[in-house]
Amino acid sequence: MKDIILKTQQVNKYFYEPQPFHVLKSIDLEVYRGEFLSLVGKSGCGKSTLMYVLSTMDTDFQGQLEINGDQLAGKKQNYLAKFRNEHIGFVFQFHFLLPEFTALQNVMLPALKLGKYSKKEVEKRAYEKLDMLGIKEHAGKLSSKLSGGQQQRVAIARALINDPVLIMGDEPTGNLDSQNSDNVFSIFKSLTRDFGQTIIAVTHDEEFASNTDRIIEMSDGEIIN
Amino acid sequence: MNLSLSIAKTHLLAKPKQTIVAMLGVTFGIGMFITMVSLMTGLNDFTEELTMSSTPDIRIYKDITQERPSILEEVNPDGINLVHHQKPKNESQKIRNAFQIAELLKADPEVLGAAPQLSSRVFYNYGPVQLNGVIAGVDILEEDKLFDIQSHMKEGNLQSLMVSTNGLIMGSGLARKLNAKLNDRVVVTTPGGFTITLNVVGIFQMGLGEIDNIKSYASIQTVQKILEKDPSYVTEISIKLIDLDQAKEKAKSIEATFGYKAEDWETANSTFLTGAIIRNIMTYSVAITLLIVAGFGIYNILNMTIFSKMKDIAILKATGFAAKDVRDIFIAQSLVIGIVGSLLGLIVGFVLAYMISLAPFDGGDFVSMDTMPVSFSPVFYIIGLVFGIATTGIAGYLPSRKAGKVDPIEILRGI
Repeated sequence: MKDIILKTQQVNKYFYEPQPFHVLKSIDLEVYRGEFLSLVGKSGCGKSTLMYVLSTMDTDFQGQLEINGDQLAGKKQNYLAKFRNEHIGFVFQFHFLLPEFTALQNVMLPALKLGKYSKKEVEKRAYEKLDMLGIKEHAGKLSSKLSGGQQQRVAIARALINDPVLIMGDEPTGNLDSQNSDNVFSIFKSLTRDFGQTIIAVTHDEEFASNTDRIIEMSDGEIIN
Repeated sequence: MNLSLSIAKTHLLAKPKQTIVAMLGVTFGIGMFITMVSLMTGLNDFTEELTMSSTPDIRIYKDITQERPSILEEVNPDGINLVHHQKPKNESQKIRNAFQIAELLKADPEVLGAAPQLSSRVFYNYGPVQLNGVIAGVDILEEDKLFDIQSHMKEGNLQSLMVSTNGLIMGSGLARKLNAKLNDRVVVTTPGGFTITLNVVGIFQMGLGEIDNIKSYASIQTVQKILEKDPSYVTEISIKLIDLDQAKEKAKSIEATFGYKAEDWETANSTFLTGAIIRNIMTYSVAITLLIVAGFGIYNILNMTIFSKMKDIAILKATGFAAKDVRDIFIAQSLVIGIVGSLLGLIVGFVLAYMISLAPFDGGDFVSMDTMPVSFSPVFYIIGLVFGIATTGIAGYLPSRKAGKVDPIEILRGI
């Protein structure tokens, strides 16, 4: 029996500016623990919007959202921020590291925010994550001084620092060359296989998508496949 | 909060130039405030002390210019009377039983001292030149208790006024004009035409030109003699109180008890006090303006910082930082700028004030001083610190609140 980690029921969302527009139409979705899921579709089909709803950052929708057994629709922003901190990791297309901080500090920040471990332990864990991603030797560098591929791996390490149940990626390989892209993909794959983490990635890259466990294709705000 | 603070620190250190410029705005504002208020208060205190050292807290005298009912009204109280431009009566300015009144006042626990005295306008003759002046007949020991003349003596001593019959203690400015030295003789003429030769037994300097240039002290008997009056003739009583601020109340009750006009120091020096208030208003308004300008500087810099950090804010929020955490980061930055800037400002202000207090300054004939009087009261430093931190706190809060409200999706999608 597969364990359901994320579940939506009848999620609807509208944009009102500039014109009323029905972006997400009655989305029902179930994601299982340890699954590597890719979300594909043409530009404007609503896949990014769906991802932001799933990520709890976008609260302006109707319907039910349940992650890890927690009902999240209608919860307060502060509660959701704490929830994201603990249970969801993010990897974005443009890596979005804080440029004034070192790679290590960037990885440590969400864990320091969580406050579950002491600073020493957080540092040790951050080193482990960086080591796992093969960029331990760059830990002390300012993140703005790293190459694109290195930055993306630091961002993945940051997403992993709190051992989230769910990792979300918005075009996680969109900005990388094929070698780095393959690299990131194999890291994701091993996370789901070996650590039982769930990954939902929005992507345009068909090759990337075809190698994932399940592909969800969207069109005009509906899941068509 | 701790984490927000360390992020704020990293932000501040990442752009040292911008941080320093923002701090200098506050430093300059607070520094100027401290300097100005120190100098202004120093001047105010100095003049106040001078004035207070030469005016009694309460002065009792007979007010002969007071309006009185015309004789016509006394005779015909119910009629329609018209008396045009009535002159005062030719009354003596004498306070009856002045010595007894002084004794009664001295017994009052609120009164530090009471000194009966009389004074007269006189001409000091210097060869063919006659100089206008005032001669005060006083009990010099009582007067010393009230105005601390002893410490203002430049030559001679107080006691010699009591032993010599025709002694005179002269203001330093007057002595200079008359070219009179200790033990010189000075010829004095009263408006009534009486001429007497007096011995200069001492020279004092109160530090205020309007006193040093015209006033001399003699014994009560000497002045009574040159005015050709009887030994009980006294025209005023000077009173010093233990608590200066009670003067207004006390003057009223004295007036009611003894029936003579009692004037308190605030009424006597109202022009001076108004001047002090206006100077204070100006000081504070200039300082507040400087601080508001510094506040706008911080507001602008923080707004720019937040605008350039939109992506960072979005990612912080995505990874679980709440609106409050983000707000704290930027408030912490403005407070650090405010606190460090203000402390530097206090130091700058102190150094400037100290340098001003060393600079030579000649008060001329009007007041005797060598350097600018500067006040180093710690109250101003506390006000400056509180002001500086409050201004930067408010200037930082508004943009910080905006940063807390940033919607991460808008930023993340926008790329």
